[in-house]
Amino acid sequence: MRALIIVMAACAIPFVAAAQEKPVELKKAPGLDTVEANCSGCHSLDYIVMNSPFPNAALWDAEVTKMIKAFGAPISDADAKVIADYLKHNYGS
Amino acid sequence: MLTRRHLITAGAGLALGGSGLALNSRTAAAAIDLPAALPQGTRNNAILDALPGKKPLIKLSYRPPNYETPIEYFRTAITPTDAFFVRYHLSNIPEVDVRTWKISVGGEGANGEAAFTLDDLKRFPAAELVAVNLCSGNRRGLFQPHVPGVEWGYGAMGCARWKGARLKDLLDKVGLKKEAIEIVFDGADSGVIDKTPDFIKSIPTWKAIEETTLIAYEMNGAPLPHLHGFPARLILPGWTGTYWMKHLTSIKAVTKPDAGYWMNPAYRIPLGRFPLVARFTSQETATNTPLTEIVVNSLITTPIDGANVRMGPITIGGIAWDGGYGISTVEVSSDRGRTWAAANLGEDLGRFAFRTFSYTLSPKVRGKQTVTARATNKIGQTQTSELIHNPSGYNHNVVHSVTFNLA
Repeated sequence: MRALIIVMAACAIPFVAAAQEKPVELKKAPGLDTVEANCSGCHSLDYIVMNSPFPNAALWDAEVTKMIKAFGAPISDADAKVIADYLKHNYGS
Repeated sequence: MLTRRHLITAGAGLALGGSGLALNSRTAAAAIDLPAALPQGTRNNAILDALPGKKPLIKLSYRPPNYETPIEYFRTAITPTDAFFVRYHLSNIPEVDVRTWKISVGGEGANGEAAFTLDDLKRFPAAELVAVNLCSGNRRGLFQPHVPGVEWGYGAMGCARWKGARLKDLLDKVGLKKEAIEIVFDGADSGVIDKTPDFIKSIPTWKAIEETTLIAYEMNGAPLPHLHGFPARLILPGWTGTYWMKHLTSIKAVTKPDAGYWMNPAYRIPLGRFPLVARFTSQETATNTPLTEIVVNSLITTPIDGANVRMGPITIGGIAWDGGYGISTVEVSSDRGRTWAAANLGEDLGRFAFRTFSYTLSPKVRGKQTVTARATNKIGQTQTSELIHNPSGYNHNVVHSVTFNLA
């Protein structure tokens, strides 16, 4: 019970610094809507730009898989393919 | 022609001071002089940006916030709190209400359980020390070939004076079973969705009960700021920052190795590739080990790479650090490593602190001059000349060089 109270108290106030976050504009290309809808809930999209353009197709596939399998991102198989294709074509090597 | 790099070098102090906030915009990307070895996307993406209560730092990601310290702030052994790097793994970062906050201490490896408020923590005998907090992935962006992750340059580190209670004093209140092999830490931050593994870390019990392992509530003489772990965080001098849990809520003794994502597969290095003394045997596998000690390292902070310098004697300045054995020498080479000369070491703030160094170079010819620094610690460990590549980009301690123009 005590643990529960602590957790609830800790979650009462959201992280204020997020308020100053500026939009990260990714390249306008097919799949961008899917990327924005699936990825930006958990992290800002500058993670994608920062990790470019060095990833090859296999590495971008592995990153998308990691987000789903390791971090629990609720992304459908169809959307995962659209996201991976977008990353490979626009931020890959 | 006056290039961007020259402008930056000339105005570096100014840009980071009063006028820094003016650079807090999308156009600021043009004003940061980032290492050429970073991924091009990192160089395009990074801007100077000020988080609440902070100076403009090099923003690599907004959410979770990952901001590194510009090199100019490493000219002193203590890194100013408002210029100290910020690193989070997960985006849900609540501001803790200290009126309701407690650290719970217990676990199946403890004989009892207890909870401590901030006032309780302050009633334990206070310990104070100066220690480097260094992200395991500092300089990851310089890896060739590149590896994915937060593409840090040189600034995912800082050195502060920390004050707090000794962890062993808290553990003594509950008592450890002799089978307790690890102590596990959780903080208030978490993922946005439930399925994201909470950021939880463990350390060996032998390390947890060292005199220098603290639950700190002060940083550089003031309460820990939110972004540095208010109300209390783990201070694990000599070990990399991954263990320095912020916003601590829970400390548990366990009799089996913690099996969470952030202990395995995250934060692993190949077994036997680095000359580390401290081992974390309960977590070792046949092929890899969690990170432990900070590798011996140094950074040249004066002059800045690419600077224009007037011909004549010039001071080469910087800092050196290691995993707590203490720096014995820093050497400087002006002929790309053929010969080395000992630098003068600055004030000793303790074996876990940055140690400043300086060396006066008397150049004979004008033009481009490259200098390299190399630190050695008291057990004879030194920096590498070639990168020890590893899949996640940890423990980069290749000797640092800067090239400046003597005019």
